[in-house]
Amino acid sequence: MFFAILLWITAFAVAAGFFVKRWWFPPPISRHAMAFDSLFAANLIAGGIIFLAVQLALGFVIFRYRDRGQRATFSTGSTRLEIILISLTAILFLGAVAASSGLWSAVHFTSMQSSDLKIETAGKQFAWSFRYPGPDGKFGKTDVRLINDAAGNPFGIPDDDAAGKDDIATSALRIPAGRPVQLLLHSHDVLHNFFVRELRVKQDLVPGMEIPLRIQADKTGEYEIACSELCGLGHHQMRSVLIVMPAAEFDAWLAQQGKRKQ
Amino acid sequence: MSFLSRYIFSTNHKTIGIQYFVLALTAALLGTALSVLMRLHLTYPEAKIRLFEILWPNAAAGGVMTPELYLSLMTMHGTIMVFFVLTTVPQGGFGNFFLPLQIGAEDMAFPRINMLSFWATALAFLVLCSAFVVEGGAPLAGWTAYPPLSAVGSIAGPGMGKGMTLWVVSIALFCAASLMGAINFITTILEMRTRGMSLFRMPLTCWAWLVTALISLFAFAVLFAAGILLLLDREAGTSFFLPAGLVINDRILDRKGGSPLLWQHLFWFFGHPEVYIAILPGMGVVSTVLSVFSRKPVFGYRAMVWAMLAIGFLGFLVWGHHMFISGMSPYSSLAFSVLTLAIGVPSAVKTFNWLGTILGGRLHLETAMLWALAFVSVFVTGGLSGIALGQPALDMYFHDTYFVVGHFHIIMGVAAVFSILAGTFYWWPKMTGRMLSETLGRVHFYVTFLGVYAVFIPMHFAGIVGNPRRYSDFGQFEFLKDVQGLHKFITHAAFLTAAVQLLFIFNLIWSLYRGKKAGDNPWNATTLEWLPPSHQPHIVVRGAYDYSVPGARRDFLMQNESNGQ
Repeated sequence: MFFAILLWITAFAVAAGFFVKRWWFPPPISRHAMAFDSLFAANLIAGGIIFLAVQLALGFVIFRYRDRGQRATFSTGSTRLEIILISLTAILFLGAVAASSGLWSAVHFTSMQSSDLKIETAGKQFAWSFRYPGPDGKFGKTDVRLINDAAGNPFGIPDDDAAGKDDIATSALRIPAGRPVQLLLHSHDVLHNFFVRELRVKQDLVPGMEIPLRIQADKTGEYEIACSELCGLGHHQMRSVLIVMPAAEFDAWLAQQGKRKQ
Repeated sequence: MSFLSRYIFSTNHKTIGIQYFVLALTAALLGTALSVLMRLHLTYPEAKIRLFEILWPNAAAGGVMTPELYLSLMTMHGTIMVFFVLTTVPQGGFGNFFLPLQIGAEDMAFPRINMLSFWATALAFLVLCSAFVVEGGAPLAGWTAYPPLSAVGSIAGPGMGKGMTLWVVSIALFCAASLMGAINFITTILEMRTRGMSLFRMPLTCWAWLVTALISLFAFAVLFAAGILLLLDREAGTSFFLPAGLVINDRILDRKGGSPLLWQHLFWFFGHPEVYIAILPGMGVVSTVLSVFSRKPVFGYRAMVWAMLAIGFLGFLVWGHHMFISGMSPYSSLAFSVLTLAIGVPSAVKTFNWLGTILGGRLHLETAMLWALAFVSVFVTGGLSGIALGQPALDMYFHDTYFVVGHFHIIMGVAAVFSILAGTFYWWPKMTGRMLSETLGRVHFYVTFLGVYAVFIPMHFAGIVGNPRRYSDFGQFEFLKDVQGLHKFITHAAFLTAAVQLLFIFNLIWSLYRGKKAGDNPWNATTLEWLPPSHQPHIVVRGAYDYSVPGARRDFLMQNESNGQ
């Protein structure tokens, strides 16, 4: 009986923890992030109802049928009940997939536009670098043998490549607000992961692969980029910032950077 | 029989079962101790802690843990708990001891292979632990050992040289041992059942061991192969998992043509079924314990069997949900998502039938029963967060956060451990002839039950904030300042929960010397292991859960009782 009461208290305490939202998501900065929040809220409500219903039922059965000298009823099951339950849960769970696949598709299956701003995003133990194609709109070639962080060449761009001469390399990610941006994710060494909480987006960087990730931020500000795939002993300090600028300000910044390169 | 052949190199299934149990108990204590040290460092990263310095004079010089030491403890904690505790006790421990007894066989089908399997497991454990003391220490790649980090040797960090090699060798040995065990279990169950013990009269524990053995056979074979490939990449210069153009620690590697994702596919093709290897035997134990202590048959016995078979089968089709954000095709993510949530259906059937089993019963709330009931509670809690994580759109935020850490600790760690404890309290009288203390058992139970909720639910909140897992320090990020209080709370709850486990160990030792003597069948259960030892084969005439049968002379009928009137 004591356990039944404890179970109820625990169930309510857990539910309360999710309800008070003392520790919660940061405010969203994109339409995707807002859609994510509503999807999670729907999951939380449905999951919360099932959670409370089952835990309370479990506690109730323990309380109601505790040994008081009564005789146990003899029952070996009910095929009808099993079938009803299987159908209900199947509908519920598959409904969850159906409800959430749109959000996934919106991130991954929206065709990339050639007008999107492209930014190469590279990870290595334990730092981020970003490369903009410069005024010519083209990324130059790279060669791993030429990588030299101290000389400001984290991507290994050769001196004699015309397309690469005006490329801009930075250690913070600046993007214009309200415009779609394509990040081309690369890793030089091991797995890393690009994670910005406010965008509600996460994607691994895999050496040997170029993984495109389309993002759009609508609110200006500075947001932390955290590596979220174990990459070695400095994993916890692999940090950079996403700086979302007003579009005009961004254009001016990019033009100025390009000029400096020429 | 010499001491050596009776207690050490024994081919007797009961002795081997106890050996597995003791090995796993040792591993569990070590794994728990590691987690306590990790929590201590996470909560007080700057503090000079004398204990750290005593244990690791170099890696914790001055009493402050280095990041690599933290990550190596994390790697070892995960590996020890998953392989040497959760995979070992439910199948190797309880399975070896009780399967032959429950189906009326004299021993396992291949006693020598059984012995070999145990000693290979023990050797694997020693090899793993030796990683602590070699140059560079234990590996830091996590229990999933993703390449390139795990495949390139010591340039990837301390512990990634010799320590990592020992890890791979240990896992390969463990795979070989598990494969031997799986063949033994399958053969024993299919060939050695006593007269009248048809498959559908078997206790659900036997069904669970059968399905687990089938899963093990396919899963460990794949992990074994993957381990060999990783070893070749490390030691022979192959490039199964390494693409061209890697620059690690300013060195250009001369490898080309491999794929880091290949390892993830192979690993999780094992790794997800592994979750069910850990939990299915527990489901069998819980089904039995709920029935015995409710004095009611298992509700929907056949549905329970089919649900286990469905879980075993579907378990092989969902590995991609660990890889939603890995760079795998986003189309396959949707397919894996459907299959993942589909596995929720047989899981819900089981939960429903457990409730159906106790509904209308006469519940004896002994400690074994409390653990089984608590199993149902945590299984539901951990399952529901799994529904969220099974959706790629939500995983896109939660992947590799503490939300996942909380989820899998509850569903895989805590649920499996609760079922192991239910099994321990239920079967201890048979294993030792003595009862465990109910008073100590209850105190241990209540504190642990509250403790695990206090430890692992707040981890979900940290995950919602976005807290990445596998960080040795939360000081580098502005947004992690907010979760430090939460982590402090978790650490205190973890200390309390870990400390109260000593009460359990004390209970075990106390019972061996002072525990009340148990009769042949202290719980009035129906299955054959509770019959007094006999040299005549038992003849089974009924199913495993005939409790409170109307018209019977008492509220249970043993499987070999022909007439209950």
